[in-house]
Amino acid sequence: MKKERESSSYRGFIFHLHPPKVSEASIKFNRTFGLGGMALLLFVLQLLTGLSLRMAYVPTPAEAYDSILYIDNEIFFGGFIRNIHYWSGIFFVIVTFLHFVRVFYSQAIFVPRRINWIIGMGLFILTIFSNFTGYLLPWDQLSYWAVTVATNMLTYIPWFGDWMLSVIRGGNDVGSATLLNFYNFHTGILPILMVLLMIWHFWKVRKAKGVAVPAENVKPRVPTNSDLLLKELVVGLILFAFIFLLSALFSAPLQERANPAFSPNPAKAPWYFMGIQELLLHIHPFFAFIVLPLFFFAGLMWLPFAIKEGNQGTWFHSEKGLKLAIQAAVLSVIFTPIAVLIEDFLLHFELWMPAAPNAVSEGLIPMLLLLGSFTIYLWVIRKKYKANIYEIIISLFTIFIVSYIVLTIIGIWFRGEGMQFIWPWQN
Amino acid sequence: MAELKRRTFIKKLWTILGIAAGAELLVTFSGFFGAKKKPLFDDSQHLIDAGKVSSFQLNSVFPFRSGKFYLVRLSDGGFMALSLKCTHLGCSVMWNEAKKEFLCPCHASSFDQFGEVINPPAPRALDSYPVIIREGKVLVDISKSVRRNKFENSQVTYA
Repeated sequence: MKKERESSSYRGFIFHLHPPKVSEASIKFNRTFGLGGMALLLFVLQLLTGLSLRMAYVPTPAEAYDSILYIDNEIFFGGFIRNIHYWSGIFFVIVTFLHFVRVFYSQAIFVPRRINWIIGMGLFILTIFSNFTGYLLPWDQLSYWAVTVATNMLTYIPWFGDWMLSVIRGGNDVGSATLLNFYNFHTGILPILMVLLMIWHFWKVRKAKGVAVPAENVKPRVPTNSDLLLKELVVGLILFAFIFLLSALFSAPLQERANPAFSPNPAKAPWYFMGIQELLLHIHPFFAFIVLPLFFFAGLMWLPFAIKEGNQGTWFHSEKGLKLAIQAAVLSVIFTPIAVLIEDFLLHFELWMPAAPNAVSEGLIPMLLLLGSFTIYLWVIRKKYKANIYEIIISLFTIFIVSYIVLTIIGIWFRGEGMQFIWPWQN
Repeated sequence: MAELKRRTFIKKLWTILGIAAGAELLVTFSGFFGAKKKPLFDDSQHLIDAGKVSSFQLNSVFPFRSGKFYLVRLSDGGFMALSLKCTHLGCSVMWNEAKKEFLCPCHASSFDQFGEVINPPAPRALDSYPVIIREGKVLVDISKSVRRNKFENSQVTYA
């Protein structure tokens, strides 16, 4: 009698998250790659390790760095816990990004999922902010300058940029007020917001009757227990094993104590912002940091409200969509480095037109060249391949995503002292 | 009819009260968030004594990293105090004596000894601090940096 009640409360919890039966097609690994579930598990891992770290960490410039040293060197398994927090933080960003890309490419963004698409993007942005606010906490040279550079981007927001910067920093420079603000966001406000949005996110998934699959694949259905649960268990265990292994082998970095008077050379933003930092070398910050990201995120949020439902659950909308996405990806991989090199060595609008303001010569003109070439490409695929609106949007999305990844790789591995070009093995 | 009006009125009232409550919460919260946390030192009217005028050679650059500026002595004897902060994204610029330029390690912006941009992405000249010369001493007022687009002669202080 007692045993029965126990198993039913366990079942009650599971079936709170999952329906009793799920479509067989929806639980194939290559339908979702388990990315959403992995993101949840990584969040839990962060929460557990973060709560431990919070016991020993002191959020003041005088003591933060020493408390990290104490965690690393004195606390039993302290370094290991910090490594898990570091690595699961990195993979949290990567997995959430891949989840976002997966959902887009499987076209699971239209009614009844369009609100959830926006919630999910909110979660993605909060994930990046969580990682970014955590970046400052060790208070070493890496974190100090990465946060200085990244928050300074705010000054290019017209009208309220300077005000936003001083509110976020709690002063003119990154200092004790900044550390306290970031600490509170990292360990309080952001996790609470994320938990609330996650509850909403999961509830919306159930309301939409689970993962999007093409209409003809909704049946047959299989029992959740244990067709789905077994798969989830396997993915979760592999993920944990992978994170623990990484944490045992590679330590979270800790450079010298933060020194506001000396920028290290090169001073790099957090890795997920390296694409933006690379872009900043070529395009005026107002466009690189404000216009392009706003265009990208606002456009994607507005998309399911602007066009009618496409082939929800069908990868890349159609066979043609897949082909065009691959073509766009290949072209982006080829042309992004070429554009970077040309801009670095051949184009000098600021010298050719010294009278024009910087925002025009370094901003508007390269921006128009960029958007002009995108438009021509999209017009060509529309004429040549008779691509429809969905396939065109998928191509444009691919150009953005793949170029950003290429820019990130260039920024991380191909930029050395003074942000000059180097080969990765020269580092 | 009267009944309905009253209901819609009360509903509206609830909405307004809800919005007001939300706004109050937000204002209270932002009061804490934006609070000017106690500064480490009072930097209003903060004058830094850089030293005697005669101790600075012509045509050279002297770092004052604690005050976060470079003191520049131009070839005609004029003084300028240039902010350490690159105008692009706020990294600390370094003086390169061989090339006679300030170089930003973050995005390779460079500036000449007047603080003017030689190489972008920096959008404008380095900020400067007012220099005051009193009784043969060079004083730099670091309480407020001066934003400028280009170098102008009025920014130079002569002994």
